[in-house]
Amino acid sequence: MFPASNMLTDPHKSMALRVCGLYKQYWRRAVIWRKRTKIFAVNGIDFEIATGQTLALVGSSGSGKSTVARCISRQERPSAGQIWLEDKEISVLRGSALRCERTSIQLIFQDPATSMNPHFSAAEAIEEPLVVQKRGARKQRRERSRELMNLVGLSPAWADRNVMNFSGGQRQRIAIARALAIEPKVLILDEAFSGLDLSTQAQIANLLLELQATYSLAYLLISHDLGLVTRIADTIAVMSQGKIVEQGTASAILGSPDHPETRKLTASWTKSQSVFSAKAGTTT
Amino acid sequence: MNYLLRRFLRALLLMIGVSTLCFLLSELAPGTYFEDLRLNPQISQQTIATLNARYGLEQPIALRYGRWLEAAARGDFGYSIAYSTPVASLLWTRAGNTLLLTITAMLLTWILAVPVGVLTGSSRRLDKITAVASSLLISIPEIVIAVALLVVAVHTRMLPVGAMQSLGSEDLSTLARVKDILLHIALPTAILVLIGLPIIAQHIRSSVVEVLEAPYIRAARGLGIGPVRILFRHVLPVAANPAISLFGFSLAALVSGSLLVEVITGWPGLGPLILEATLSRDLFVVVGGAMLSAVFMIGGNFVADLLLLVSDPRIRTGAQD
Repeated sequence: MFPASNMLTDPHKSMALRVCGLYKQYWRRAVIWRKRTKIFAVNGIDFEIATGQTLALVGSSGSGKSTVARCISRQERPSAGQIWLEDKEISVLRGSALRCERTSIQLIFQDPATSMNPHFSAAEAIEEPLVVQKRGARKQRRERSRELMNLVGLSPAWADRNVMNFSGGQRQRIAIARALAIEPKVLILDEAFSGLDLSTQAQIANLLLELQATYSLAYLLISHDLGLVTRIADTIAVMSQGKIVEQGTASAILGSPDHPETRKLTASWTKSQSVFSAKAGTTT
Repeated sequence: MNYLLRRFLRALLLMIGVSTLCFLLSELAPGTYFEDLRLNPQISQQTIATLNARYGLEQPIALRYGRWLEAAARGDFGYSIAYSTPVASLLWTRAGNTLLLTITAMLLTWILAVPVGVLTGSSRRLDKITAVASSLLISIPEIVIAVALLVVAVHTRMLPVGAMQSLGSEDLSTLARVKDILLHIALPTAILVLIGLPIIAQHIRSSVVEVLEAPYIRAARGLGIGPVRILFRHVLPVAANPAISLFGFSLAALVSGSLLVEVITGWPGLGPLILEATLSRDLFVVVGGAMLSAVFMIGGNFVADLLLLVSDPRIRTGAQD
């Protein structure tokens, strides 16, 4: 039913995440006759991310990028395919084994305001995964949350402030601190920069690069901002209609786009860049 | 302190507004309490005029309202012509019976509605099972539910119908009297629970479903948090806000929510008294009933605000979404 993947992997690289022949299908019911039709949101994709590297998944809206993120973080069960986290296949895990393993893959959402319990203080939000994992006593957890706040550039003095009392960029820093609390191997950045202004975007990008260098984190960056992608990603995979249509190093993909979808994306990015430069020139 | 003072002044203004409106609306209704006496040929027009003058019913509305305000300040809320007694004492006796019924029904409704709402909100299968029963109960008019249960009670003779105690219950022991009251209260309580349960459970279910779909719940699952902790630590505290506001409305409806059921089941509460007073134009009893209802409305909203203040740190700290 689902063709097997023929992905060849490089045995010399230490892989943090490997996705082989991933499928996710949904059923849609017709309004009148209730006839079911199959829709492939993700249609047999393969990719891998080496430890300490970043893969950017780009593509137009509805191409299946976020479905891939949900499948990898096991918020949705893939219809077929394998997801390997280092040497463990996590696509087959269920129940408590899955709950334990999924902490190694953390998701940073687009809207940090809705991705945190609105009743929590910053420290409570960061400590919550530590409480669940039963790591340390209360005092140690509070100390750890302060350390993490410091690490992501937030003052530990704000630890007791409600998460809703922070700005968008600060909340995204809290989200990163919360994700780092349980020492993940892979961070999925699902349009994590979309709601932020340019200066905050740059600050968060710098922070993520620093953290990657320090902790050898692997990033799966989901974005349609090619400017950001060129800055952060080592490799790029272009998605269209649930499939990866082109994959390679960032410079190769953006330098000589091969597939029409990639050309469309680079053309619109180049156009927006030139409009931006022209406007900047006019104002100066 | 300022907050409490402001709330008190607002409540006072609201009470004056309610009483003014009651007086104005009653003025629109034709006739007085003694109007029906005109149908009796043995009673002369002069006698009716004397009675109207004796109770001050021929006076201008502003004057009557002023006199009523004076009586309200004294705490007796005017005089009931039908019962020849101050309204306050009449209302308090009946309000006690009403509160006994409505508090029992409200507690039972909430004890059942919270788990039903939470379970149906978090389990799609259970939701499908209860959705039909819930929609059915919501769509059936209250009076039909009340009459249907009344018919069942009469036919099966499982429960006594009408009144609050059996005849001669005064001679029974305390325990037997409590049992007698419990048997009498069961039918009106069951009707009130059946009316309120689907509405409150649906509200709780909706807030639970809404919170369960929030991105922070997906994030919590991603952090390896189990379903029980997600429900109790992340879903319920946030989903409680609309339920708390609804609880305030339940408190507000303690006096007025059971009037129809009281009339149908013959419970000696405020319902039959106010209905009788409205039909016979016993004005001060009607106004007194409306005022009591307004007091509970204001009190219920105040309690709901305080509970929200306690339960939601965003309200305490003035956080912005």
